[in-house]
Amino acid sequence: MADPLIRMRGITKNFPGVLALDDVDFTLWPGEIHALMGENGAGKSTLVKVLTGAEAFETGAIYLGGAAKPVINHSPQEAQGRGISTVYQEVNLCGNLTVAENLFVGRQPRRAGFVNWREMNRRARQVMEGIGVDIDVGKPLEGYSIAVQQMVAIARAIDISATVLILDEPTSSLNDQEVAKLFDLMRRLKADGLGIIFITHFLEQVYEVCDKITVLRNGRLVGEYAVETLSRTDLVAAMLGRAFDDLAAIQHKAAPVTGESGTPVIAARGLGVRGGVKPFDLDIYEGEVVGLAGLLGSGRTEVARAIYGADTADQGTLDVKGARPKHHPIDSMRAGMAFCPESRKDEGCLQDLSVRENIILAEQSKRGMRLMSRSEQEKIADEYIRLLQIKTASMETPIKQLSGGNQQKVIVARWLATHPDFLILDEPTRGIDVGTKAEIQKLCVRLADDGMAILFISSEIDEMLRTCGRIGVMRDLHKVGELAGDELSSSAIMAKIAGGEADE
Amino acid sequence: MSDVVTRDAGPAAGPGPGGAARRVFRRILHSRLTFPLVCLLLVLLLNVIVTTATTGSPGPFFQIALTNGTLNGPLITILNRSSELVILALGMTMTVSCSAGTDISVGAVMAFSGSVSIWLLGFGTLPQNDYHVKAYVVPYVVGLLVAVLVGALCGVWNGFLVSRLRIQPMVATLILFTGGRGLAKVFADGQIDKVDVASYKWLGNFIQDSSGKNIVPVPTAIFIAGGMVLVTALVLRYTPLGMNIQAVGINNKASRILGLKSARLILLAYVFCGVCAAIAGIIATSRIGGIDANNCGKLIELDAILAVALGGNSLAGGKFSLSGSVIGAITIQALTTVLYSINVSADQLPFYKAIVVVIIVVLQSPETRPMWERFKARWRRTAPSVTAGDAA
Amino acid sequence: MSAVDVGRPGRPSRPGLLGGIWRGLRARFYGNNFLVLITIVLFAAMYIVGIFIYRDKNFGSLNSFFDMLNSNPGLIVIAAGMTMVLVSGGIDISVGSQVAMYCMMLAYFMEHKGVSAATMIVVVLVTGIVFGLVQGVLVAYFRIQPFIVTLAGMFFARGMTAMISPQTIDITNRDFMGLATKRIYFPFGGYTNAAGVYQRPFIYLSVVLAVFALLVVFTIMTWTKFGRNVYAVGGGEQSALLMGLNTRRTKLTVYTFNGLLTAFGGFLFCLFSTGGAVEKAQGFEMQAIASSVIGGALLTGGVGNVIGSFFGVLVQTTITKFINFNGTLANGWSSIVLAAIMSFFIILQSVFAYVRNKRR
Repeated sequence: MADPLIRMRGITKNFPGVLALDDVDFTLWPGEIHALMGENGAGKSTLVKVLTGAEAFETGAIYLGGAAKPVINHSPQEAQGRGISTVYQEVNLCGNLTVAENLFVGRQPRRAGFVNWREMNRRARQVMEGIGVDIDVGKPLEGYSIAVQQMVAIARAIDISATVLILDEPTSSLNDQEVAKLFDLMRRLKADGLGIIFITHFLEQVYEVCDKITVLRNGRLVGEYAVETLSRTDLVAAMLGRAFDDLAAIQHKAAPVTGESGTPVIAARGLGVRGGVKPFDLDIYEGEVVGLAGLLGSGRTEVARAIYGADTADQGTLDVKGARPKHHPIDSMRAGMAFCPESRKDEGCLQDLSVRENIILAEQSKRGMRLMSRSEQEKIADEYIRLLQIKTASMETPIKQLSGGNQQKVIVARWLATHPDFLILDEPTRGIDVGTKAEIQKLCVRLADDGMAILFISSEIDEMLRTCGRIGVMRDLHKVGELAGDELSSSAIMAKIAGGEADE
Repeated sequence: MSDVVTRDAGPAAGPGPGGAARRVFRRILHSRLTFPLVCLLLVLLLNVIVTTATTGSPGPFFQIALTNGTLNGPLITILNRSSELVILALGMTMTVSCSAGTDISVGAVMAFSGSVSIWLLGFGTLPQNDYHVKAYVVPYVVGLLVAVLVGALCGVWNGFLVSRLRIQPMVATLILFTGGRGLAKVFADGQIDKVDVASYKWLGNFIQDSSGKNIVPVPTAIFIAGGMVLVTALVLRYTPLGMNIQAVGINNKASRILGLKSARLILLAYVFCGVCAAIAGIIATSRIGGIDANNCGKLIELDAILAVALGGNSLAGGKFSLSGSVIGAITIQALTTVLYSINVSADQLPFYKAIVVVIIVVLQSPETRPMWERFKARWRRTAPSVTAGDAA
Repeated sequence: MSAVDVGRPGRPSRPGLLGGIWRGLRARFYGNNFLVLITIVLFAAMYIVGIFIYRDKNFGSLNSFFDMLNSNPGLIVIAAGMTMVLVSGGIDISVGSQVAMYCMMLAYFMEHKGVSAATMIVVVLVTGIVFGLVQGVLVAYFRIQPFIVTLAGMFFARGMTAMISPQTIDITNRDFMGLATKRIYFPFGGYTNAAGVYQRPFIYLSVVLAVFALLVVFTIMTWTKFGRNVYAVGGGEQSALLMGLNTRRTKLTVYTFNGLLTAFGGFLFCLFSTGGAVEKAQGFEMQAIASSVIGGALLTGGVGNVIGSFFGVLVQTTITKFINFNGTLANGWSSIVLAAIMSFFIILQSVFAYVRNKRR
């Protein structure tokens, strides 16, 4: 048997405060499509970055081919020189250049020192035909669909003699036919003996095209499986984790009356975003914590964004306490909504502003042009800093100096300060320590007890089971079901998420 | 609770001996106003040294004398001459903060609004009077209001391009930078229009009574600039506009989630910048008692940008300090004064300003520190005996 | 698996003759090349209109066309250099002041210090390279915004001009004036003026030099590795870096080369204006930027065509000519019309970008 293309052994990597990879092994054989799976923060992108030299690692070793001596890549270029190429979801090519140029940039065929366009185009056509794509290589890349752009990126990678191809979520922005084309290409490359690492969050695709699956969770290796031996439900379980941790059990109120009594706080009917989440129905009543489960990219975040108006919904209707707000966040806020977005850094924190300003901003913008007095601001900030036990040097400290968990609490405080009727928490516990997680979960339940309606999104099912009275399940941008009361169990949810053989 | 207090609490908080003192020092060092104030003090010191060298004592620089009903002295001159720049810096601070962009059209807008207002004041009478306004055709106040309106409209245009069409600010304002001065010339009929009404000169000089005697001993421009700073500061103090503008500049996406309408705020900042330019234009035209479309506010946009940068504000937008920009503007004028006093001509001035700009931006560059560290490391390697203990 | 067509850009093909023409046009002028086409069409249209309106002023004669070139040799070269800088994703607003500085250097040292013309030309070109190098280091290695760096460069050069000499100096150096007045006559295309004398059309030597420089820049941008790297860096610095290009060195080279071009353009400008003065070439940088923008360069980088910038210069010059011929318009109008045309192109670019993003 041939040697494996890549053997990674005992890879460990720390980020400040987080153990990103903990003693992870990974092996890739020639002629194999190997899926790398895991939720956010599982460490799959870190593992790839370590392999390609984009990040350094602390302990462990990487062996290439049959070599006995480990190698360390210091940059993606160096990795490329060793035959390891990566194609990202966001195509890293230059859209303004032609297809041919993108294939040959930096190594154009030349004659007498000048770029030989004719030769370059000829060879580019050859390369593209080689992977079964017939396009005009003389046109700028940006004129083509993302699918074609990705194929060009792949073509470039294999033309620079790649033996290992890493595809990082290549299918997220492709339609079904395009995905089929990509899979055809992947199978061809596999037949040529390449090793392909395939990162995706679409289960169906893994079963369609992959040979092996390596699952990571919280920086640890869960296991390496052959595709045939692992059922969908088992895969979901491996990714999401089943072991109950010993967090303090939260008094989980019996599912509140969700019957026809009273109007729901939120009533979505056929709400959808073209090119985003497919139309869905969702009712949320006072005093209720509703969860949204699903894998990354399944549409759970998109549902929240459509309800809040962060993305403009162009289908269906949304009633908030019987009224219909317009689709701008400020209108949603005035209608009593609050939204803690998924990405703390991109959409939450205003890094240079102080903790006080970060806390009062939402309430302030709700109130309009009259600035709250300094003493009122300080009162609110102080109240929530104490309520949520935010650890900060002072309320005037810039939020960027706080730890992740405390930043998250500030964002939650910001929205609590608006006294919403309906609060959306999108992955409020991601990337924060266990203690803070439990606090946020408890807070959720307490707020619901006081009558607030809450939509809670998380990739940890246990967390949702502890906090939610009802859980909607998302798969491939569709809402595929809703579980409540006795139906709520991690295996039932996972089966729903997995779909396919386990579903219907 | 495992969450440790501010794990990454900035570079401060070094424990051990001297930690507290170092913290205080660091805080002073990191305060936003330290940098502009130090710059201003340095330049003033330079002024004092030059005065001492030429007159034998530092006294004359601080002297303020009342002659002919006006206060005179180097400090008054600096404040007076910096008025336009201070006003422009206010507007520029806002556009830089919320759109990370500079409005390079302010100089042209000064000329344009000034030109329109004089055209209106002497409406229909200019050609036969050899391009002198002998008497106001419309009330003076209307002329002023129209000037401000023109500035605001220019701001609307710039703001529309930046906020709605998402054109880079420098490019968007390049249009009025080119065309504004042309419009000014058209309204001035390609002439240097003069205003012969005495009151026209009040705003740029001194307020006088009917006999031509100065009533107020302080140059009017200082009041206007002071008033603008005060009004702006009050608006920022009593409305959330300042905070909202900073929020948009720091993180546009997060601001949207917070319910802020960034396009509107950016538009507002550009309109304010246009209004500031118009007011600066009113002062500038009043100073010379007319409009010279070619030279009114020429290259002043660059000084305004420099004032913002000198004020310790990042040109990449976000958090701003209004007082910093004001200090920056005064610093530039003080620098100009000292250079004039050592016989540097107006034409040579930019040379020195360039050196100041380069020093500021190199110091602010994120690459400078690592580059310096690398340099130090290399130096250490070549001289191991000195720091052998540290390295071990 | 058979070779399949995977989504060509644009709409599904249309049948019939119109569809054929449409496809043919699209094949040649997609996206931003289309902007260049618009510029050329615009110029042609303006020119034809001019021929009819100003028939009495011999607008249609070759002399009139050559006039436009003869008065702009410097701008042609500098607009080409500006296009290169814009393509790389940067900007250089120091070129106007630099031109003033080079004019002053030539005038002062030849007239007051008796340095020979040949020596001074070399000195100016070397100064340009050094000037560009320093700006390039600040942009590429210190990562300071190009606008700020070249703003400082603009101040520096203008101040330096005044430091060399505050006076206006006219050049009388015989070698230099020989170059400046060297005419190349054309045997046809002239006209007979009111006095009955046949006017032979001519171009100055400086125009030949300018066009030569333009072609050199075009060649470099189209057929050399460096030129293509500039497009790659402007199209996406991160991508270019990941594709293994040395983006810093590329940017450094861009600014250095632009310094050389600016010095050469300054020399040609001086051949036309034959003198040095502090306020020479005021606003020249904006004319150069306007030419590039009108010629289809995208200020966000990655797109631009040196030939387009040449037509940008012609469009601008035609506007000025119109205004001058008209006589009744104040001289402010040329900059107003220029600003209007620039707004048109900038808004068009913005629309293109919007459509492209929408299609994604």
